[in-house]
Amino acid sequence: MITVSQTIKAIKESSAVEVVEQCLEGIENSNNNAIIKVTRDEAINAARKLNGHPGPLAGVPIAIKDNISTKGMETTCGSRILSGYVPPYDAHVIERLKVAGAIVVGKANMDEFAMGTSTESSYYGPTLNPWDPECVPGGSSGGSAATVAAGEVPLALGSDTGGSVRCPASYCGVVGLKPTYGVISRYGLISYANSLEQIGPIASNVEDMTMLFNVIAGHDPRDSTSVPGEKDYTNALVNDVEGLKIGVPKEYFGEGTDLAVKKSIWDAVHTLESLGASWKEVEMPHTKYALAAYYVIAMSEASSNLARFDGMRYGLRLEKDHDWHTTYSEIRAAGFGEEVKRRILLGTYALSAGYMDKYYLKALKVRTLVKQDFERALKDNDVLIAPTMPAPAFKLGEKINDPLTLYLADVNTVPINLAGVPSISLPCGFSDGLPIGLQIMGRHFDEETIIRTAYTFEQNTDFHTKTPEVA
Amino acid sequence: MLEESLKLRPYLDETGVMIGLEIHVQLNKLNTKIFCGCSLDYHNDEPNTHTCPVCLGLPGSLPVLNRKAVEYSIKVGLALNCTIQEHTQFYRKNYYYPDLPKGFQITQYDYPIASNGNIMIEGEEGEIRIRINRAHMEEDPGRLVHEGGSIEHSKYTFIDYNRSGVALLEIVTEPDLRSPKEARRFLDKLRNILEYLDVSDTTLEGSMRVDANISLSGGSRSEVKNISSHKGAERALLFEIVRQKNLLRRGGTVVQETRHFDEARGVTVSLRTKEEAHDYRYFPEADLVPIRVADWGPEIAKTLPELPDARRQRFISTYHITDDHAKSLTSEKKVAEFYEEVAGQVDPKMAAVWIADVLKGELNYRDIGIDAFKVEDMVQLVSVLSEDKITEQSGIQVIRTILNEGGSPDKIIESDGLLKAEGDIVTTAVEEAISENPQPIADYLNGKSEALNFVVGQVMKKTKGRADAKLVRELILKKI
Repeated sequence: MITVSQTIKAIKESSAVEVVEQCLEGIENSNNNAIIKVTRDEAINAARKLNGHPGPLAGVPIAIKDNISTKGMETTCGSRILSGYVPPYDAHVIERLKVAGAIVVGKANMDEFAMGTSTESSYYGPTLNPWDPECVPGGSSGGSAATVAAGEVPLALGSDTGGSVRCPASYCGVVGLKPTYGVISRYGLISYANSLEQIGPIASNVEDMTMLFNVIAGHDPRDSTSVPGEKDYTNALVNDVEGLKIGVPKEYFGEGTDLAVKKSIWDAVHTLESLGASWKEVEMPHTKYALAAYYVIAMSEASSNLARFDGMRYGLRLEKDHDWHTTYSEIRAAGFGEEVKRRILLGTYALSAGYMDKYYLKALKVRTLVKQDFERALKDNDVLIAPTMPAPAFKLGEKINDPLTLYLADVNTVPINLAGVPSISLPCGFSDGLPIGLQIMGRHFDEETIIRTAYTFEQNTDFHTKTPEVA
Repeated sequence: MLEESLKLRPYLDETGVMIGLEIHVQLNKLNTKIFCGCSLDYHNDEPNTHTCPVCLGLPGSLPVLNRKAVEYSIKVGLALNCTIQEHTQFYRKNYYYPDLPKGFQITQYDYPIASNGNIMIEGEEGEIRIRINRAHMEEDPGRLVHEGGSIEHSKYTFIDYNRSGVALLEIVTEPDLRSPKEARRFLDKLRNILEYLDVSDTTLEGSMRVDANISLSGGSRSEVKNISSHKGAERALLFEIVRQKNLLRRGGTVVQETRHFDEARGVTVSLRTKEEAHDYRYFPEADLVPIRVADWGPEIAKTLPELPDARRQRFISTYHITDDHAKSLTSEKKVAEFYEEVAGQVDPKMAAVWIADVLKGELNYRDIGIDAFKVEDMVQLVSVLSEDKITEQSGIQVIRTILNEGGSPDKIIESDGLLKAEGDIVTTAVEEAISENPQPIADYLNGKSEALNFVVGQVMKKTKGRADAKLVRELILKKI
């Protein structure tokens, strides 16, 4: 893997154009299918224009998940229905990256419309896990995490609706953050479940992840849920957990949790304890309802958010048109994959007259209870620590035909999105050569404490220095 | 409340007509659309030139609420005597239609901005109260332009998104209206209020669109959509009453359905029945946060202008004019302002007669607005009339000449020789007419009263119409 500081050093020694060129070659020669669209010309042009750009990420290549709008660069959400769609505008985060001097080198693969845990539902084919090409990279931001893990780029952006940054970060052994809802503008992020998701930074280490977060976080008046104020999160890069209070929710070590995962997490807790933190077990009794509530809410919102894809103004258009009703149906039937159709249908059902109380409104009540669990647990504790995923990456094709089993993999990540709190996943061990992710959750808008905890853990361990042997 | 209203609104006849209206009002006096910064000044521009990612519903775009649209909505809510919500919120109404770029419309559902209001309208026997159920904000969809103009026969349809995202306020009445005429009066009154509030230019095409619900004798109701004018509303409702009556008379039943008003043919046609009704799956729009507007109402109330009813009362008490005149003068804001300016300079009662009875009629006949007539011209005309220098007939002639050809009253009076004739000329003409027409005079004296009119006519002829006919009549009677 490569770091931002290595990249900046390389730029100083040669040039941004050369570094970007090298990065593009690496992506083009890669066979992991992490990047589905290489933006070579745009990247080289942007690098040429930098000319002593003062931004903190001047010349640093970055991969962007394909559900984040990039002006002039095709943005498909991993779906056939958006094939050929070139946004006429940049997402807020892309504008900020450009101001910081970062160079977009490609669009990263993802589960179609971010609906998945394995990046296998992409219309553009699955992404392979750099640690084991027979395994999935996790999802839905699988392309973003895999390209960083493979050492192709130092930085990537993902999005996290129910774990979509943290899951692939965990499976690929990189660092990913799901910020507090409202910290990063969603303007330009193509919605899947808009009340749950946030764009999140991915990098090979906590410092780089924080640098990237620092660039993209901040108020944007075009997103009404964006909170005011700017912070310098790099101030949280402090190697110190003296007096830190850690809560360990036992519900996050449920049935089906891999033994190696359990051990790695507890080792991490004890490492932090040896550095001056204290810990205790906490109860979060509504965790067991979170998964069901999450899927009802996410699918309900998805059924509405994905209604705009009808082929009339952009994206897929079939050979022959009929009356508008038939044309819409045919385009949507041909343009959406199985999992997307499943979620649209279930979401439509959950919102329909006669069922809304039973599903959608009940799920909202559960959401409130889950949120209260977090408020209680974080009243006396500064952070909560748990496994990101109950087990390491699974094999390609192993679960894709069994949606329920696949959904179960999200059991430890979805409660965070329901509550809206921030959470980091970072590497904390290995099981049969596959990385294990440590999840550190914090209070609303207290990214600093989880960054500090993650940074301290990283400074005192060497998991982040491990790199897959990329074929 | 309900009982009170039923007491106020008994069924007018055995048919038991109940009508409720839903009126979509474009808040087109705003500078920008409801959720983006696109301008509303698109009526003379090419299609799709006032658009952006937000109103085109492009992937990743997000709505931002126009606070001024909320203010305007509260203004209307207050003018309709509604309660303003403490917290208001937006919802998504999910349905597919080619004019709807997101596949859902952002609208309000629970917590509409205003609810439980009422306005008074003119009924057959005095004023009646029409209850307002609610008024809620939403976005206008785009506009479909069918090739050849008709949805039935066109091969393709264009979509113009210039209209997409214009702020709408949907005003929903209780079913308190009892006749198509009342419905029209309600709409006229509402337009009047909107005009006073300066929130909507209702002369623009599509600025006030009406859906009407109508039922007879407590039966199922039909909803008539696509009514674009107040006259259209009256016609569509008249048609529906006849249709439903005929159906019932033949032993049929009225089914709950949505019908489309075909304005060209003046008929309503079935669009869909209850079974085919949409399930809109309303749920909260998470991209917009609920807003607390509890404190806005009192502030906005301070800025409310004088409304038509209040102005009418003030005209009666200040200018001592009749209720009919006051009603007529306040039914258009510009007319009311015109009247006040004139009334400040000349006899207000006379001004009321000349503006309400004469000028308005002439303007309506020509289908033009009061802007076509100058205040100073009316002041001049009324003062000439009050000094009895010209006849009423000449006054009307002056107004018509100004509207047809332009000019000012004094110039027209001079060039057309309208000043009333001198007294001796009239006297001479009367004497001549009596001596030249012995037979009609004899007929009159023998009881054939209309014979006198002929003699009066002869005098008018001799004086080229400048004499006052009433005066002439009196003079003749004195001399025979």
